[in-house]
Formats: sequence, structure tokens, C-alpha cells
Amino acid sequence: MSSPSSERSLNPFSLYRLQLILKHCLSFLKSRIISSFNTPLIHSKIFRRVLSLFIFFGVWQLLCMTKFNFFINFEFLPSPLEVVGATVQFFTNDPMQHIRASIVRVLTGFSIAAILGITLGILIGWFQQIEDLVFLPLELLRPIPAVAWIPLAILMFPNSEAGMIYITFIGAFFPILISTIRGVECTDLLLLRVGQCLGATQWHIFKDIVIPGALPSIASGLVIGMGNSWFCLVTAEILAGRYGVGYITWESYVTSNYPPIVMGMLMIGLMGAFSAYAVDRLTCLLMPWRVTKKQPL
Amino acid sequence: MTTLVEKSATSTVKGFVEVENLSVSFRRKGQCIQVLDGIDFKVHPGEFICLLGPSGCGKSTVLNAIAGFVKPSGGHVFVDKRHVDTPGADRGFVFQQYSLLPWKTTFQNVEFGLKIRGISKTKRSEIVNDYLNRVGLYKHRHSYPHQLSGGMQQRASIIRALVNSPSVLLMDEPFAALDAQTRHMMQELLLSIWSDLKTTVIFVTHDIEEAIFLSDKIFVMGVNPGRIKAVLDAPLDRPRHVDIVLSPEAVQLNRQVFELIREETIKSMEVESL
Repeated sequence: MSSPSSERSLNPFSLYRLQLILKHCLSFLKSRIISSFNTPLIHSKIFRRVLSLFIFFGVWQLLCMTKFNFFINFEFLPSPLEVVGATVQFFTNDPMQHIRASIVRVLTGFSIAAILGITLGILIGWFQQIEDLVFLPLELLRPIPAVAWIPLAILMFPNSEAGMIYITFIGAFFPILISTIRGVECTDLLLLRVGQCLGATQWHIFKDIVIPGALPSIASGLVIGMGNSWFCLVTAEILAGRYGVGYITWESYVTSNYPPIVMGMLMIGLMGAFSAYAVDRLTCLLMPWRVTKKQPL
Repeated sequence: MTTLVEKSATSTVKGFVEVENLSVSFRRKGQCIQVLDGIDFKVHPGEFICLLGPSGCGKSTVLNAIAGFVKPSGGHVFVDKRHVDTPGADRGFVFQQYSLLPWKTTFQNVEFGLKIRGISKTKRSEIVNDYLNRVGLYKHRHSYPHQLSGGMQQRASIIRALVNSPSVLLMDEPFAALDAQTRHMMQELLLSIWSDLKTTVIFVTHDIEEAIFLSDKIFVMGVNPGRIKAVLDAPLDRPRHVDIVLSPEAVQLNRQVFELIREETIKSMEVESL
């Protein structure tokens, strides 16, 4: 963690320079935007996406600078430039131990959730008896938010690391479980009949028809689960003693140091988005047969 | 599936279908609806017959009962003297909807039945490639279903059923979703395959011309409840060319069938409007 005094000494100078850079950027962008409405640049997908980010941060900066206050108050909110300052601070102080700790927790929780969620989901989706035996207790646990698990996580697990992994697991487990159950249950009757007419045994129907048919649904469960795991990270790392991106976020809140909070939020957003994207790409590799391109209207 | 192999070995000619006094009823909203009543017919080995009727006459239900998808509420179905109660590989089925497994390539789809039966890999690819060549799909063997046209998908579905050398091929309006030109091509292709293999075919359609062009016999079905209204011979010479449906005999037959079906359509509309 950074000490507040060093931050104060760093901020005025670097912030002033950053503000200048951003001003240049903004004026440049403004001229480009105006001209680009008549040029093919606006038709470029990458340009539009980069533009969306500039607009987002630009509007945010503007709201902070004008101390916008109409029902929602931006007066005390850290501006993007202050957040950049906090980020520079963070990256000069051995950032990898925090990032690594968070990634390991999320990936461990997610992996366990994926294995358990898919296995249990297939069993529940395929066997009525298993559904009858386990589904109601699971439904009872599902709406409980991650933060409510903190006291029990402390009581149940031998150390805080296991407790944190449990909370990231909880975040990923239910989306994966429900998507898998739905995927298996929604097997196309027509395709089951195809299998029967070709003399398929239960095993062949399961392996060649039910599982591949459920894959798209399982894949979206995994993508949502990955996002949710990161979603639960701040909650999980309330239990952390020293390291973790979520820990920094929570700790900064406790010490009323606001720019690092927003930085932590954005970093979690960034890592969550990236890992969900990675899961999406990986699962697409498993399904070369799927048509994923958006249909033009 | 050993029983199937034994059966086909003992009976030299296979593909004898007997439908005896078949009735099917469904319960819907506590009401019992009689879909089929006393359907009785025999199809001899190697025959091509069409079940023709207006929509709602239960022609698909007859096919589903022979396939074993639907449990009869009365009567029996026998294929090669064996009582039908569950679906099996001795009755190949081609559905109206495109029904290739989306996650398998054309080759893997056609191969599926043989793989289930544990046929060796070299033997499998020999048989499958032969069939793929026959219907002009060999160069699309590595394509996934969504990359194929509707006609190609139905060709693949037909040979997927045929590689199992079934006793009878059941076809439920397989060409209904295709455009007219493709449909004619498919009908000719089907007849050429059938004349080589001499598999018994039971083909469901509501298209009179299609029935006349394809079949040896046409079973015209009536509605409320579904039953066989008339059995007509389609005595056109084989091999048949598309324009045979314009011959005087075919036109005569068409008119006869048209009148029979028209009566039933009017009857079913009257019931609907009640």
C-alpha cells in the first residue's frame, strides 16, 4: 500500500502534466470526431470502439471538473486523471504480488466451479432422481450473495486463502450449474429421435447428442461464471491480510483514500473482461461447427 | 443389434411391414382425441408406397408408430414379423426438418449409425464414401451442416438412414421444405437410389404429384379420425422421368386423388370451424 504522504507529494506535479496531455488529446480527438462524421473512419469498428472509451472517460472527467451535482454528485468523485495518478503509484510499488494473488484466487475458484458445476449440471439435467435429490437445496443457496458468506467462510475454512477461493467459487458455480442443466434439458427431441433410429445406446445418445448440444449453453455459463468470479473478488479479499487487487480496493475504502478504489474497480473490470473474453475464445475452439457471426438484418 | 443382423440373415427378403388395426389416441386437456382408427395395411418387400392426405389426417402419426416413437392405443405393427415397440436401426427415418447433428461433419453424420454398430473404421469409410459419392456429397464430406444447402442436408439424411441397410425407410415429408426445382431433383435421386437398393419405402406427403411420381401404391387417408380411405395403384412405367406426371394416366390419377382429398379437406375444415 502507498502511504498518503508520498502520494500527495507526487500528485500535483504529475497531475498537472497529465492534465496537459489529456487536453491535447481531447482537442485532437474533437477535431477528428468532427471531420470523421463525413469520412469512412466512423465506419471502422475499431475506431468506434476506441471512441466509445474516449467518450466514456471524457464525460467522466468533464463531470468531475465541472463538479456536476444534480441528484448524482460528482464533486467528490475521483476524476480519471486522479485515478491515473493512483495507478502510476500502484505500478511503481511491486504490483505483481497483488495481481498474482488475485488471479490465483479467481482461477482456482473458477476451475473448481467449472468442474463441479458442469458435472453436477449434467447429472441433474439428465437424471430426474438426482434432480429431485439435490436441486432444492441448491436453489435455496443460489440467491445468497457472496458477501453474506463471509462469516461462514471464516468459520468453515482452515485459513483465509481457502475462504477467499470459496467465495470466488460461489460466484462462478451457480451460473455454470444452471446453464449446464438448461443446456442438457433443452436437448432437441428431433435429434434424440435421430439417434434412436440409428440404433444408438443411451451412452451414444449422451456422448454424441446431449453433451454437444449442451455445449453452447455450458460455454455461456462459463463466460458468465468467469465474470462473476471477478465480481466476487472484492468480497473475497475482505478476508485478505496483505495482497490482492480487491484487498487494495477494500483497504482504500476503509482508509477513505478514494482514487485507488476506482483504480481497483477498473482493474478488476479489465481483468474480468479479459478473462471472460479468453474463456469465450477457448470455448469457441471447442465448437467449430457453431455459427457465431451476427446475422446482418 | 445382433438380433437385427440374425433376422436379416434368416429372412432372405426383408422389408415386410404389417400394420394391423392400428389406433392411436392422445390425451389433451383431459380429453381423449382419437388420431388414428383401425389402420390396416401391408407393404411388401421392395415396395414404394406413399401415405397421402390433408394436414391433420394423422399420416405422420402412422409413420411415427411404425418407427416406434408413438405407442399405439390399439393394434400392432410388425416389421419382418417382429413386433415394433421401440425405435430401432431396422427402420431408417428421414425427417421433414433438417436433422443432421450440427456438431458432426457430413461424413461423421452419415457414419454415425455404423459407428454405433461397431463397424471397423476402414469398413466404415468405405461404405460412407460410396454413399457420399452416389448422392454427390463426397467433396462436402468435411463440411458442417450449416454450410450445406437444404437439399444437400436432406441427401445426407437419406444416406445416413440407408448406410444401416434398414428393412424399411420411413420418410416424413422429407422434401417439403425444399424449393420446387430442388424437390424434383431429390425425387429423381431418391428413385434412382431406391431402384438400386430395393429397400421398402413408406413416404408421407401431402403433394399429390409427388405421390404419383414416386410410388407403386398410394394410400389416401381420411380425417377425423385418421384412416385409410382408398388404396390406389400408380402404374406408371419405371424408370420415371419428371415429365411423366404430365402423361394422360398420371393426370387421370391426379384428378381421382384430388377429388378424394378435397372431400376430406372440406370435412376437416367443417370440424375446425365448429
